Amino acid sequence: MRFLNYVRRNKSLGAGLIILVALILFASVGRLVVDTERAYPLATPPNRSPSLAYPFGTDSQGRDLLAVAVQGTYLTSRIGVTAGVIGLTVGVILGFLAAYYGGVLDTTIRWVVDVLLTVPGLLVLVVIASTIRRGMSVNGMALVVAILAWMWPTRTVRSQVLSLRERAFVRVAKLSGMSSLEIIFRELMPNLLPYLGAALVGSVTGAIFASLGLEALGLGPMREPTLGMTIYWMMFYSAFVRGLWWWILVPVLIILFIFVGLFLVSAGLDELANPRLRRRV
Amino acid sequence: MTALLQLENVTKVYRGGLFRRRSTVALEDSHVTIGGERPTILAIAGESGSGKTTMGMLLLGFIGPTEGRVLFGGQNLWQAPKATWQQFRREVQAIFQDPFEVYNPFYKVDHVLTVPIAKFGLAKSRAQERQLVEEALINVGLRPEETLGRYPHQLSGGQRQRITIARALLLNPKVIIADEPVSMIDASLRATILRSLQGLKNDQGISILYITHDLATAYHICEDIMILYLGSVVEAGDVETVITEPEHPYTRLLVGSIPWPDPNRRWGHAEEVAKGKALRMATSGCKFAPRCPHAFEMCHLARPPLYRTAQSRAVACYLYRESPMMEGSAISTVLGVNERGNGSSATRAGL
Amino acid sequence: MSGVLLQVRNLQVYYGTDAGEVKAVDGVSFDLPRGLKLGLVGESGCGKSTMAMSMMRLIKPPGRIVGGQILLDGVDLASIPEEEMRRRRMTDISLIPQGAMNSLSPVARVRDQIIDGIKDHDVNLDKADLHRRVQEVLESVDLDPDVADMFPHELSGGMKQRVCVAIAIVLRPKLIIADEPTSALDVVVQRQVMQTIERLQEEMGISMILIGHDMGLMAQSVDLLAVMYAGRLAELGEVHEVFARPIHPYTRLLISTLPTLGQRGQFSGIPGITPSLLEPPPGCLFHPRCPKAEPACSEVCPTLIEERPGHWVACHPNGRA
Repeated sequence: MRFLNYVRRNKSLGAGLIILVALILFASVGRLVVDTERAYPLATPPNRSPSLAYPFGTDSQGRDLLAVAVQGTYLTSRIGVTAGVIGLTVGVILGFLAAYYGGVLDTTIRWVVDVLLTVPGLLVLVVIASTIRRGMSVNGMALVVAILAWMWPTRTVRSQVLSLRERAFVRVAKLSGMSSLEIIFRELMPNLLPYLGAALVGSVTGAIFASLGLEALGLGPMREPTLGMTIYWMMFYSAFVRGLWWWILVPVLIILFIFVGLFLVSAGLDELANPRLRRRV
Repeated sequence: MTALLQLENVTKVYRGGLFRRRSTVALEDSHVTIGGERPTILAIAGESGSGKTTMGMLLLGFIGPTEGRVLFGGQNLWQAPKATWQQFRREVQAIFQDPFEVYNPFYKVDHVLTVPIAKFGLAKSRAQERQLVEEALINVGLRPEETLGRYPHQLSGGQRQRITIARALLLNPKVIIADEPVSMIDASLRATILRSLQGLKNDQGISILYITHDLATAYHICEDIMILYLGSVVEAGDVETVITEPEHPYTRLLVGSIPWPDPNRRWGHAEEVAKGKALRMATSGCKFAPRCPHAFEMCHLARPPLYRTAQSRAVACYLYRESPMMEGSAISTVLGVNERGNGSSATRAGL
Repeated sequence: MSGVLLQVRNLQVYYGTDAGEVKAVDGVSFDLPRGLKLGLVGESGCGKSTMAMSMMRLIKPPGRIVGGQILLDGVDLASIPEEEMRRRRMTDISLIPQGAMNSLSPVARVRDQIIDGIKDHDVNLDKADLHRRVQEVLESVDLDPDVADMFPHELSGGMKQRVCVAIAIVLRPKLIIADEPTSALDVVVQRQVMQTIERLQEEMGISMILIGHDMGLMAQSVDLLAVMYAGRLAELGEVHEVFARPIHPYTRLLISTLPTLGQRGQFSGIPGITPSLLEPPPGCLFHPRCPKAEPACSEVCPTLIEERPGHWVACHPNGRA
């Protein structure tokens, strides 16, 4: 109940959650209602503009764009969430270890992360993706993106833990006989939950962004109707020039909604995690 | 007889700056003893930068010495096996300054009491645990039904601080390091906390190291006092005489700056040379010399040793060079000299 | 120029919360003659910081000034438009807030932070004049002029606090409000900073309100003392008089809890805890903790009356003297 009250006051969080929930419903209910086979090539007559039979029209490969919208939202979200969660988990583990134990472990992890962060991410992804090209699947995509998704969380979790480590309640926990590992899990982790929530949203956003970028270049799972691949095919078949506006609008609008929703949730969580930004007591 | 906890020739240096070139000497060649035969309350007094907090951290085993040894029951703590550390954690406990920060905001206040019970196996069942917790709270004058099950922000500062005292007592320690226990509590509520601390010594035979910058409260509950300045002891002895008749110029400055609540006894003009610039610590000679109105040549050459000006007093100042010199390690001989007792026996109630 | 500089009349400042209205300041009145120092003392949560912020018109929602007047030289600060108040801040009335030294910008030099305040008030001085002003004000707070080029992290606590004092006086206000200016400072530094403030205040003829919970500090520094409890004044009078002959039981208890030299081991506290300002007890707010409470105390809230010349108290006859 208190949560709902808070969401009502925190308009960012509220609006963002509404958008994301709507998208989730669209994808999940959609997959039950719409025949997802029609999201694959040669399912329908090509290049039809929106009509009763095909509410979102069809593309040049004969895919029903409504099915593509549903399936694409699902797949792209799956890639984003999988990669985001993997990235954050690895980041949390490494960040905690580095911050709590300090010393050589900290220096090593920090050095590796700092060096890797300077390497242009997209370049690395392109190299990896183009090597795997033929065998790329949706899960493969998620793993590729996850390769670069763990570094930023490692750094930020590390700084959060560094500041928490000096707090008096950690000293009291030591005096009460807790071991270092116990302190990490029982004392520090719970305090980081709001922060981790925000970091997860950031991680997922970054992962979706990266996957879209790779796919738009044609480096994703070729047959799958992910949003990024839809954009790739849309450009490949010159939808702009041929006036197939529905093909352009469908993926672009959905991507827009995803990012706006994620951004609003992130801004809302920001306010939650940083009490000074809160509007009212 | 070996005291329970000692710092022997301890120096602590913090290295900082680029390439670790800038270093701060937080404590220099310090000797402290706490937890002897007779329980006492010893005050470690000084301003920020004096090294008193560092001393507390060293005695609690949170940081290790750069030079010298930290001795627990005669053993070097940092070379001792895990079993010794477990015993150390049972016998030496602490009370900290900030009654809010010591609580993990995620948990209710019960957490801070149940963790030590669980970790040290003090209770065999939930019921026993509950009983221990309630007893501990009642012992510090709190009502369990009003305090348990609440979050830290729902209780007052005084209540929170008393719970931390209850926590410290759960393990039946022999020594408690109290780091500024009342400085963040309103003046009107300090008395109950201070009385509890006195009770710990009188009724339960626990020795207390009272770290503070507030000489007024130290005066009231402590028996002996050590005044620190920039990491070294400048004066030590019986608290009554040190505060009413301070000998070291720094102690005089400190005592003279206490804001006594008497409008007819206002601060006079400070004897000390007032400075607005940041001061560097003197690398040789007496650390207080740059600020001392009585400094002369000798003061800038070498650090003054401790001079024993009375049976219960030692001062590190060349002004008293007529008195016999004493070794830093013998500092405990000027403490606990005068018999003090408030009636109750000094034997430990239950071990 | 003599006479009364500040007249606060029946100031009421409430905070609206989900659970109801918190009456942080509920009917406080006092006069401050020109050139004198008034100490406002009370426990945490008694409303003294709210007083400071309201006099500066810096109360933000959900708090608001519900009623009363704050007359500075006849001008009611509580009712003038915001733009006029903005101009009067720092030039007529200035504040050294609690924890001020921690709110200095870490990325600006001391000189720039002082100049910021000057510029904001449309004082048109050229660069050379501004620099000279900065030098002057730093010297007046016993700081070396070199400090102007330093960053806050290079200064000690006492020096940072002096910078805050400098910022507060640079436009020569008539009144300074200092909210716990020395709470985070060591006792020797505290004395130095307080003595600097005192000297300045005498030299420049600025009046001052010192807010705090340390009766000892009040005894050392102020001319008039106001004791605040749960949003109201319990006692008000000349400082020597209040310490020598306290009338209100709360004041007497406050004084007796303070450690003094010579009576080692004798100290006491005030039983109970401060009342909730959300649901205050009926009648006199202090009666649940008062050793002299009588039935009348839980019914009628006493008003401030002048028991002796210049010595005001809010207490029913059974509690006084």
